[in-house]
Amino acid sequence: MSEQFGLFNYWVVITLMMTGFYIVIARQNLVKKLIGLNIFQTSVFLLFITMGKVRGGTAPILDKTIEIYSNPLPHVLILTAIVVGLATTALGLAIVVRIDHVYETIEEEEIHDIERGIKR
Amino acid sequence: MIDIAVLLMLAFTAIAISRLRNLFAAVMLAGLYSLLSACWMTALDAVDVAFTEAAVGAGVSTVLMLITLAVTARREKVAKFSLPAFFVVLVTGGFLIYGTLDMPDWGDPEAPVHQHVAPRYLNDSYAEIGVPNVVTSVLASYRGYDTLGETVVIFTAGLGVMLLLRWRKEEKGS
Repeated sequence: MSEQFGLFNYWVVITLMMTGFYIVIARQNLVKKLIGLNIFQTSVFLLFITMGKVRGGTAPILDKTIEIYSNPLPHVLILTAIVVGLATTALGLAIVVRIDHVYETIEEEEIHDIERGIKR
Repeated sequence: MIDIAVLLMLAFTAIAISRLRNLFAAVMLAGLYSLLSACWMTALDAVDVAFTEAAVGAGVSTVLMLITLAVTARREKVAKFSLPAFFVVLVTGGFLIYGTLDMPDWGDPEAPVHQHVAPRYLNDSYAEIGVPNVVTSVLASYRGYDTLGETVVIFTAGLGVMLLLRWRKEEKGS
């Protein structure tokens, strides 16, 4: 079945990536932007993991009865990336809380308006 | 079949998130999105990654976002369709799809990514490290410094969060 799959996986992953990208650049709300960033991030993880798959392979846990394993290297890289992704999300959310404390809004346009008001 | 079903669910979830204005619902769907991607990672043999993604992506990030929502706002105020943004996204996506046309088919054992260093880990890591799970032996032993760097990143982020959230009263309105 996976023979007909071809590049379909990559295209769906790119669609997900672009949805996240759209949320980041088009939405005004800062929490929504971070959700978009998370979607983008997860789709990059998925891209790496699909590349690590070997047809007919199994999880890379060594056993004498198994011949083919999927590539363990992308898994290791993405394990690190997931944890780093959590770090960036946490820091971003902390900055959002701080912005809300100072400006009392988390909408980008309103923050811009307040900034302009201060400068005048 | 599972692959196609999970991929379609992922795509629908992502599009639903982009259209929702209720932030609480969006955060919940983001957790669902993480869980679905963990399912797909399991189907792709990445059990360790799926485990981490389910715990960190669907668990911890969702909780952090809910805490942020509790302190800030529940709803998005403006959510209008942006044509320039949509155009940029379409062009970028087009280029990325053009880039995949050269890529080897999914699961192809002859793909370059499977040729270089991975066979060495699969063949020799048990003799060298003695752990049957190759992902563990690479993460904790061959690339141990990488993991050390990762903990430094986490430490720095934690420090940053603590410094950002520890404001004093007189700072307000500055």
